Amino acid sequence: MPPDLAAACADVRLATPADTVGAEPARFVACPTSTEEAAALMRAAAGLNLSVVPRGTGSRLDWGQRPRSCDLIIDTRKLDQVVEHAAGDLVVTVQPGVRLSELQDKLATEGQRLALDPPGGTIGGILATGVAGPLRFRFGAPRDLLIGITVVLADGTVAKAGGKVVKNVAGYDLGKLFAGSYGTLGLITQATFRLHPLPAASAIVTVDRPDPVSAAAAVRAMADSPLAPSAVDIDWPETSAPIAVAALLEGDETSVAERSSRISDILKPRTAEIAVGPFPSGRPRIGWPGLAAGGTLVKVAFWPGHLGSVLSAIRTAAEEHGLDPALGGSAAGVLHVAVGQATPPDTVGRFAGTLRDRLTGIMRSGGRLTERIPPSVASAVVLYAPSEVRSEVDMWGPVPSLDLMRAVKDQFDPDHRMAPGRFAGGI
Amino acid sequence: MDRALAARLAQICGAGNVITEPEELRTYECDGLTAHRCSPGLVVLPQAAEEIAAVVRECAASGTPFVARGSGTGLSGGALPRSDGVLIVTAKMRNIIAIDPASRRAIVEPGVTNLSVSKAAEPYGLFYAPDPSSQVICSVGGNVAENSGGAHCLKHGFTVHHVTGLQVVTPQGELTWLGDGTGSAPGYDLVGAFTGSEGTLGIVTKIVVKLTTIPEAVTTLLAAFKTMGAGGAAVSAIIGSGILPGAIEMMDALAIEAAEAAVNCQYPEGAGAVLIVELDGPEGDVRREEQAVRVICTGNGAFEIRAAKDAAERAAIWTGRKSAFAAVGRISPAYIVQDGVVPRTALPQVLDKISELSAATGIRVANVFHAGDGNLHPLVLFNDAVPGEQEAAEKVSGAILDLCIEHGGSITGEHGVGVDKSRYMPKMFNADDLDTMQLVRCAFDPIGLCNPGKVFPTPRLCGEVPGIRHSPHPLVASGQLEQF
Repeated sequence: MPPDLAAACADVRLATPADTVGAEPARFVACPTSTEEAAALMRAAAGLNLSVVPRGTGSRLDWGQRPRSCDLIIDTRKLDQVVEHAAGDLVVTVQPGVRLSELQDKLATEGQRLALDPPGGTIGGILATGVAGPLRFRFGAPRDLLIGITVVLADGTVAKAGGKVVKNVAGYDLGKLFAGSYGTLGLITQATFRLHPLPAASAIVTVDRPDPVSAAAAVRAMADSPLAPSAVDIDWPETSAPIAVAALLEGDETSVAERSSRISDILKPRTAEIAVGPFPSGRPRIGWPGLAAGGTLVKVAFWPGHLGSVLSAIRTAAEEHGLDPALGGSAAGVLHVAVGQATPPDTVGRFAGTLRDRLTGIMRSGGRLTERIPPSVASAVVLYAPSEVRSEVDMWGPVPSLDLMRAVKDQFDPDHRMAPGRFAGGI
Repeated sequence: MDRALAARLAQICGAGNVITEPEELRTYECDGLTAHRCSPGLVVLPQAAEEIAAVVRECAASGTPFVARGSGTGLSGGALPRSDGVLIVTAKMRNIIAIDPASRRAIVEPGVTNLSVSKAAEPYGLFYAPDPSSQVICSVGGNVAENSGGAHCLKHGFTVHHVTGLQVVTPQGELTWLGDGTGSAPGYDLVGAFTGSEGTLGIVTKIVVKLTTIPEAVTTLLAAFKTMGAGGAAVSAIIGSGILPGAIEMMDALAIEAAEAAVNCQYPEGAGAVLIVELDGPEGDVRREEQAVRVICTGNGAFEIRAAKDAAERAAIWTGRKSAFAAVGRISPAYIVQDGVVPRTALPQVLDKISELSAATGIRVANVFHAGDGNLHPLVLFNDAVPGEQEAAEKVSGAILDLCIEHGGSITGEHGVGVDKSRYMPKMFNADDLDTMQLVRCAFDPIGLCNPGKVFPTPRLCGEVPGIRHSPHPLVASGQLEQF
């Protein structure tokens, strides 16, 4: 154990075989309890030229590419304080190691919530991966609710941006850069979020549709309706199954009853079932197909109007490679594709390639928008893959303006010690 | 200005789109913040993204600073030109390139006015949500630079929540896309970092925006209270009840007086405060929320509540509020429009302290604000014919910002930092915060030619070790860069 590390942080230990990031073994694990201790640790790591990867509960630690090296894991689980819940202002400031579920429980006592619903993890991990659940449709991704951030850079510099008021345009918004940066720009040690009232009641209206075209029509009817759904999600577990389309309505009881009845009325044919209760009761896989299965998880993002074609394209690409993945996702234009664990690695790699080609084709053949839209208009990112699959697949695929991203990385982490290689373009 | 550069820019944009005459240049000497003025060295009015890229390449090659300008409605001097620089005006790039109703997206050029996006989307039942009060004239490109809000951002969010892709010209003159229009592009969120960077990271040439379903019902209520305290309590109670109105605006007696003098808005007589609450959403919800808001306002001492039944009545209610900035011109020869933010719960304390400040200095302050999100727009009134009064007013205006910072707020909620508030940045952020923010600048614009002198009090010189400044940077010594 290098003395400088031990001097910087009271809780540092040698890594065990379980301490890996994307199968890359770590050498040391440290648990700082404050921003100051984290900064001292980062300075020590800089002095020792150690690569660093932040870790929360580890639920999405294996997302992204395997880092080129991982000398020091900074475990954020002792940075676990809800620093301030200003209920009257609908704002909360938390440390990164707070679990989302714990935070929601605490906020619920004041009738509030953070309108994010990815499955599990810590606030730091959710921010770093930019992951969002069905509520993305109405409330956006973590970056949309984040209003202030404190970070420690690779050299130990502590910096903050934003603040604790929702409306604020002073200075550059570093929170936007750190949200979804996979730990490659620095360590997040504090985050402030805008909150929303916890709805008193909720209901899900679900319809089954036989094919992508009719499913997309149902999604659009729900999404475009003025009934303000909080989420519109689809679930298509396998080719032979119908496609379930579900809208989540939230509000007081009267409102939810009225709106769920109205939203089922606009669906033709009107075959909706209405379940009252929290989302996604009875449909646990909605939005997150096969997440727990340990296979390959692909995130497909696209312009939402192309949902029908994108669904067909995923199925066709999968069939060409003999696959039948589970699909789920949001009317906001994000689908998750889960390929089973038993699939041969090279097949997964070829499927990802075919999928990317097809997506580009669909968006280009969209008609009026051709040549006017950005060169890249859809993406398929492999969020997670078993280690034997990783060598066969380009996990990030093509990324727009990679040169500028590299320039940002070079400024924030000139020695490339923060989660090196985990991010897009080998960043 | 260098004549050779003017000639090259004329080749790129056409001679008719390059302005060199001093009288014409003066038209562009300021934006909406007229206190800061500087005639640009040269103005170009490009008509295409490629032209902007070529202009910027010429600027980069000759070491000439450049500033982008949309409609020039900014209120912090973000588009203040440089006498030794080129002002790139996007006013001739006004095409709405496409509306994709199925994807709820529009692609527009930067000179397109904010309101015209909503007008183009209306036939599809959609609108563009950010609505700065200058939306009739302000440009979407300028909105991106400033991350503009508006009265309805309390519910619907700011520009950054509605932009999913940007085609930009980098400060090196390269045309590139940030994001892909999906809002979930892989890699760093450069769209988010660029939005609100006040024109310092490049020039936006195409914008993909999200469109939102037009609400089924809208109700606008006007509630009159005897005191600001009563109005403020009603605001807290409304938010506390779980209702999220589209907008909650508040005006004090002096602001009401000014609005009456200017537009005869006929707000209830004897009001010490008026509250405008706009509710939007599904019909049943709006009906029930209106009832709840009426009960809350009455319970907190509202002595008159009016509801707009149609668009004309809604416009009548908004007239007073929307005219407030200009209206104070009727009751004061000169005034400063301030823009600060406090946590909503700190509003009563901060308003009290502002009136103490006003009483102690004799400088009148009219208060108009977005009460729902604690965004204050104090109008600091003074007579510029009286010696010393402007300085006194500026002091009060600055003290109000200090109050905002003390209460955990911000020095700007929507007008931006620009040249006007860069000196206040160190009160809100420490040197490490500011140096870290400037790393982004160094990534995009290492030479510092793109809208220099804005946002940050001291430009960080890229490559310099933060905190240590002994001798002039080589770029300063060679005259390529100014540091002040």
